[in-house]
Amino acid sequence: MSNQNRTQQDVERAPEIAGLDLAHRTDGQAAGAILAASIGMFVLGVLTVWNEASESMHDWLESWEWGQGVGPLAGKTTVSVIVWAIAWIVLAVALRDREVDLRKWFWVSLVLGALGFLGTFPLFFRAFAAE
Amino acid sequence: MELSDRELWTVIHGLLAGTLFLLAFAGGLAGLWSLRPGFLTPVAIKERLRRLYIGVWVMAVVSWVTVITGTWIVYPWYRAALAGETYEGCAGAVLPNAESCSPRDFLLSNVSGETEGWHEFGMEWKEHVAWMAPFLATAVAFIVTYYGARLIPRTWMRTIVILMYVGAFAAAVVGGAFGAFINKVAPIV
Repeated sequence: MSNQNRTQQDVERAPEIAGLDLAHRTDGQAAGAILAASIGMFVLGVLTVWNEASESMHDWLESWEWGQGVGPLAGKTTVSVIVWAIAWIVLAVALRDREVDLRKWFWVSLVLGALGFLGTFPLFFRAFAAE
Repeated sequence: MELSDRELWTVIHGLLAGTLFLLAFAGGLAGLWSLRPGFLTPVAIKERLRRLYIGVWVMAVVSWVTVITGTWIVYPWYRAALAGETYEGCAGAVLPNAESCSPRDFLLSNVSGETEGWHEFGMEWKEHVAWMAPFLATAVAFIVTYYGARLIPRTWMRTIVILMYVGAFAAAVVGGAFGAFINKVAPIV
């Protein structure tokens, strides 16, 4: 669908926005923001499980605390934030001015986010605890 | 009337930021909900959007402030290992203290009833899941600012934004509720 058609369709659905002179906005940027958020959540979940399963991973994540006494939570959260920020920047550049199927991007993001959420649930991540 | 440094930071982390977060969420949700075709005049759209931008960005910023202060300032006081391997430093304690029995030690020692679960489930979940709130809230703030009034005709996009917004709130509720309960059972002093 062309930009002009999309804008026309928007105005037909909501005539009240016609007078606002809105320029067209592609969906790529929104898709990037949504997927980046779910990637951040997913990484947090994976690191939470991995921290339980591996002592060396636990030590590495703990090394991010810089002597502040935060423990491995420092690494889990800091690495997640870094990955989230990088993912968002990369996606923002890659999807600039692109139209995408938002539904597909949303469902992929929902699955990633749900897996991340599951990874942070104590009854789940404890199941992976190293003996 | 006096608050120690530690008590002051728990107030900033939980009470002040939490209240601001709730206010911003309520305003933002009402604003997002009303962005529907046929609901608003062009003048009302502009006025409503200004408030919505403030609401979603305040919620995003506050969620970052909350998790950063919680993780890097308050949490180390909570998790300090002071009591020894068998929690002997907590023997006879009715509350945690800063010298020999941290809140985590106190909960795990079960010296004041069956308190272990508050740490093993409540704190372990809270400290992780709360970090999902800023990811989601920042994405929502960006999308709302990026689309603005274009969200009105785009029902699907608006639904996604509301779902993410409520998800951010839910993550913060888990963090806030367990934080409040744990601070009742084992306050940071």
